Amino acid sequence: MNGDHHVILRVVAKALIPIISVFGFFVHFHGEYSPGGGFQAGVILAVAIILYSLIFGIAPCMRAITPGFARTVAAFGLFLYAAVGFWALAMGGNFLYYDALFREAPGGHLGQHVGIIVIELGVLAAVAGSMVAIYYAFAGRVSEIRDEDW
Amino acid sequence: MTGFEGANFAIELLNVTLLGILFIVAIAIARLRSLFAIVMLSGIYSLISATWFVALDAVDVAFTEAAVGAGISTALFLAAMVLTSRTAKAEKGAMKILPLLVVVATGAVLIYATIDLPGFGDAMSAANTGVGMEYIERSKTEIAIPNVVTSVLGSYRGFDTLGEVAVVFSAGLAVVLLLGFGERSLGATVRREDRAEPKTKEGEGE
Repeated sequence: MNGDHHVILRVVAKALIPIISVFGFFVHFHGEYSPGGGFQAGVILAVAIILYSLIFGIAPCMRAITPGFARTVAAFGLFLYAAVGFWALAMGGNFLYYDALFREAPGGHLGQHVGIIVIELGVLAAVAGSMVAIYYAFAGRVSEIRDEDW
Repeated sequence: MTGFEGANFAIELLNVTLLGILFIVAIAIARLRSLFAIVMLSGIYSLISATWFVALDAVDVAFTEAAVGAGISTALFLAAMVLTSRTAKAEKGAMKILPLLVVVATGAVLIYATIDLPGFGDAMSAANTGVGMEYIERSKTEIAIPNVVTSVLGSYRGFDTLGEVAVVFSAGLAVVLLLGFGERSLGATVRREDRAEPKTKEGEGE
């Protein structure tokens, strides 16, 4: 961090990044009532992380969220989604048949709601983790982005 | 449709304006040589398409376009851009004519195909008469969540969405396998530095 070169950018980003993250979670958990869902929320969360690394440098960002962690989160998301499918299988339904999750009587919606929330969590983790991992793979090839590169 | 005098004309005007801006931005992208400007303009292109999708009442698509097209792809393009040179090379001679012919032919075929497309909002179109109406009617009693898009994506078409998540994950995996590991990646360097010097002091070397 050399001097106060990008001080305005930094101050604005410092205020914006928490709001972007909260908005990402809002989009995720409000996905059943409004446009959005796990995919958009994952992208927004990844953008918050990428914005941080663009402004405050990629090395601090990699210390906070390590590339290995991003890859693990991405794999975990896909695993979580598929696990719901196998959960339904284990309860006697078809793959990803949410009505079978709790063996409800017809008309119950708990299985549908839980199933959708869990698979959306899986989508969120897979998308956010993959995007951050892709960004790290690209941005990690140069040690520091110089000012004249912009 | 909306009950206001001239509302349809205003919507038409909005559509034409947005599409005109999209056209101008596309021409500018094709003519520019500075990669940074091209990346920024493609972000603007996505943002304007998102606005247009809102005008067409496709809010979910607009949201995705804004988040993915204007957000993450711009950031990824920037990250990729610093790995290469800042300007594109100018094509010369036959390289200018051939792509133009291909583009004109493809455009003509696409315009010919639009003749068969149903009109916007046509109640008798294939999208509005088949399984889509079924989803809208049954979602309320079967899934009982207000957003039909989520119930289609998550429940009725859950298997498709699983495939999409697998595609996103494999794309990330492929990029990481090609670029992300190894001695030259910054992740390895940061890890090595942390191991050699566990406590890095803030503001060192100023």
